[in-house]
Amino acid sequence: MSKSNNPLPNKERIKLPRQKMPEQLAQIRAHNFQEVNTGFAPEQARQESLRCIECNKPGCMDKCPVSVDVRAVMDLIVKGDYMGAAAKVREDNALPAITGRVCPVEDQCESGCVLGKKGESVGIAYLERFVADWERSSGQFGLPKNVESTGNKVAIIGSGPAGLACAGDLIQMGHQVHVFEALHELGGVLIYGIPEFRLPKDIVAHEVQALRLRGVEFETNVVVGKTVTIDELLNEEGYDAAFVATGAGLPRFLNVPGEHLNGIYSANEFLTRVNLMRAYRFPEFDEPLYPCKDRDVVVIGGGNTAMDAVRSALRLGARSASILYRRTEAEMPARVEEVHHAKDEGIRFEMLVNPVEFLGDEKGNLTAVRCTRMQLGEPDESGRRSPVTIKGSEFETPCSVAIIAAGTSANPLIQSSTPGLQITKRGYIAANDDTLATSKPGVFAGGDIVTGGATVILAMGAGRKAAKSINEYLETLESATSVGNGQEEQSSVVPNLKN
Amino acid sequence: MFPIVAARPLARGIKLFEIKAPRIAKKQKPGQFVIVRLDDAGERIPLTIADADPEAGTVTIVVQAIGKTTMLLSMLEVGDSILDLVGPLGKPSEIEKFGTAVVVSGSVGTAMAYPTARELKRAGNKVISIVGARSKDLLVLEDAVREVSDETYVMTDDGTAGQKGLVTEKLKELVDAGLVDYVLAVGPVPMMRAVAKLTSPQHIKTMVSLNSIMVDGTGMCGGCRVLVNNSSQFACVDGPEFDASQVNFEVLMQRNNMYREEEKQSIERLQANPLEQLMKLRDNILQHECAALAAEMAHE
Repeated sequence: MSKSNNPLPNKERIKLPRQKMPEQLAQIRAHNFQEVNTGFAPEQARQESLRCIECNKPGCMDKCPVSVDVRAVMDLIVKGDYMGAAAKVREDNALPAITGRVCPVEDQCESGCVLGKKGESVGIAYLERFVADWERSSGQFGLPKNVESTGNKVAIIGSGPAGLACAGDLIQMGHQVHVFEALHELGGVLIYGIPEFRLPKDIVAHEVQALRLRGVEFETNVVVGKTVTIDELLNEEGYDAAFVATGAGLPRFLNVPGEHLNGIYSANEFLTRVNLMRAYRFPEFDEPLYPCKDRDVVVIGGGNTAMDAVRSALRLGARSASILYRRTEAEMPARVEEVHHAKDEGIRFEMLVNPVEFLGDEKGNLTAVRCTRMQLGEPDESGRRSPVTIKGSEFETPCSVAIIAAGTSANPLIQSSTPGLQITKRGYIAANDDTLATSKPGVFAGGDIVTGGATVILAMGAGRKAAKSINEYLETLESATSVGNGQEEQSSVVPNLKN
Repeated sequence: MFPIVAARPLARGIKLFEIKAPRIAKKQKPGQFVIVRLDDAGERIPLTIADADPEAGTVTIVVQAIGKTTMLLSMLEVGDSILDLVGPLGKPSEIEKFGTAVVVSGSVGTAMAYPTARELKRAGNKVISIVGARSKDLLVLEDAVREVSDETYVMTDDGTAGQKGLVTEKLKELVDAGLVDYVLAVGPVPMMRAVAKLTSPQHIKTMVSLNSIMVDGTGMCGGCRVLVNNSSQFACVDGPEFDASQVNFEVLMQRNNMYREEEKQSIERLQANPLEQLMKLRDNILQHECAALAAEMAHE
């Protein structure tokens, strides 16, 4: 590494306090859809980047699923070369403005930061966000240089975080990349799932535009498995490989009585209406939403999706917005920052309760949810203590809207339309852990369609891993065609399925 | 962008469109549907595919102007484009040799039942079509249906065409005569419910095509869930056709009323100034066309 731009000795650096992320006041933001965190000013960014002690073996980079060269980025920020910093991040991370906002950094890069052992880690995500925002507001793009074309064509199914990350790497390797998206807008869960106040949609559009400028082609309104099949893409449309990154899919319901009452949503539907369809701007936008204003809304679940849903409901003017969760706060899978934000905004947390029935009026509109109280019993297979019903503890909570955020199960669209594609017991696509190759030659899969519901950055990590394997696969294809026997050469990358 | 290549009124408030959508035209089968979004502020609504020409790369939809989006869509003409059209979605109709198949349809439902009737005929069934409407001026595709049916009966509420009466009255005659092996019913929910009530006790296999409210149409949101045999099914991926004897029609009607107030509000907004809304839509489409052109040029 070249000489550091940081003028401070390490002793001084570790004395610097961690910069606080400026945010909208809780009372104000609870009533709008604008971003909660407002981002660093340049001076703050410099102050924060000065804290990096430039470890020889950077734990931050090790802990990053896409291995961003954090140390080099910090140094470029210290230097004031923000555009250079953006380009540096983009070498490993196609979506810096997004990961800088939604990554669970406390478990990743920032958990690897040596400063965090005694004090507070460097605010890596805040800085990543800063350089990406700087780039965007400049109206320019800090793009890596394009490389010579290999002539290979790769189809990516799904424009969510896995698909976009894969596209970014493959285009950098010189392949022709075509991304198919089922919905009308690009970004997958970044658009339909994560709300505007956590990830503004124009940021996703900007990252997509950066990929487009680098040569990635996008096609919306194509449901692969219905509009066209994987076999047709490979055999008729001339694609040499395909990466399936279609996301988790079908919402789980609770299967309790009354779940068909009006006012009960899956978190997927509620968030899709609000985010993708902009129902919070009805009637300016057509898509309606069952009214939340001045009514009681409950959200069932304790993950990030539940937090997104309940905070959206509050912003839609709910009189009360509550989380109902059947374990305790300690077991909630949601990010700590999200829970804090939610509490500051006035979200109620009802722990150790389990809905058993939804109650409605004669028109079929939801009026209440009947719950039982729970206590924690023995740990289950996930290691979390499983909740047990306390007998005779039933009670009713009045509500007009209930949102069920109980996870998702595999959408079978691709699996059922692709002969020769092996699936797991739970219906997800079976892929080799190391290569993400599926049982079908040339077809790779990653992200939630393989792992089940996870995080944006893990999906991006899968996208990058797939890009590497696809690149290797395409190289073997080329050497195979040059010696004229495709079949045998191909078999070297036919996967060894672990699950 | 999906250009409209033909557009013509079929009946009062009902219009047929042929739309260029080569991928969908190639793949679609009778009984499947598309989801349409008209502009950037638009909602997503499902519409059954009435026909397709894979060679020409076009799909046909028949639209009854009853909501905001269908009203605005009905104002479009050849030269306009549909911003988003995705499909073919849902499972195709079951086509088998049943024997005598009766296809019962109400008003615009006839356009949706027509391709299935044609395939049932091709599969060797004796096809009897019962086409219903409130009145003569709401009948659509009667001639097309006649062409693919062995027998066709027209029923109107007011007797202005065919016989006066409900489609179920004619169906009952056929059922009572022991002539029916299979029934497909497509139309308003009360009509489908009445058909189910008539055929279920006789154990005549009957399918209905359910028109529940959808958003994505790929199974992701669960908004279209219907109660079938007391379990939750998604109309978009498990249907849209279900065994009529198993369907809970009350829940379907209740859920289809979920946004009644909002729908009314949207219609009022459109009707306050329909031309302005149409101009806005055309502006929006133009913007998209320019952006697509710019992207193409940048790519070259």
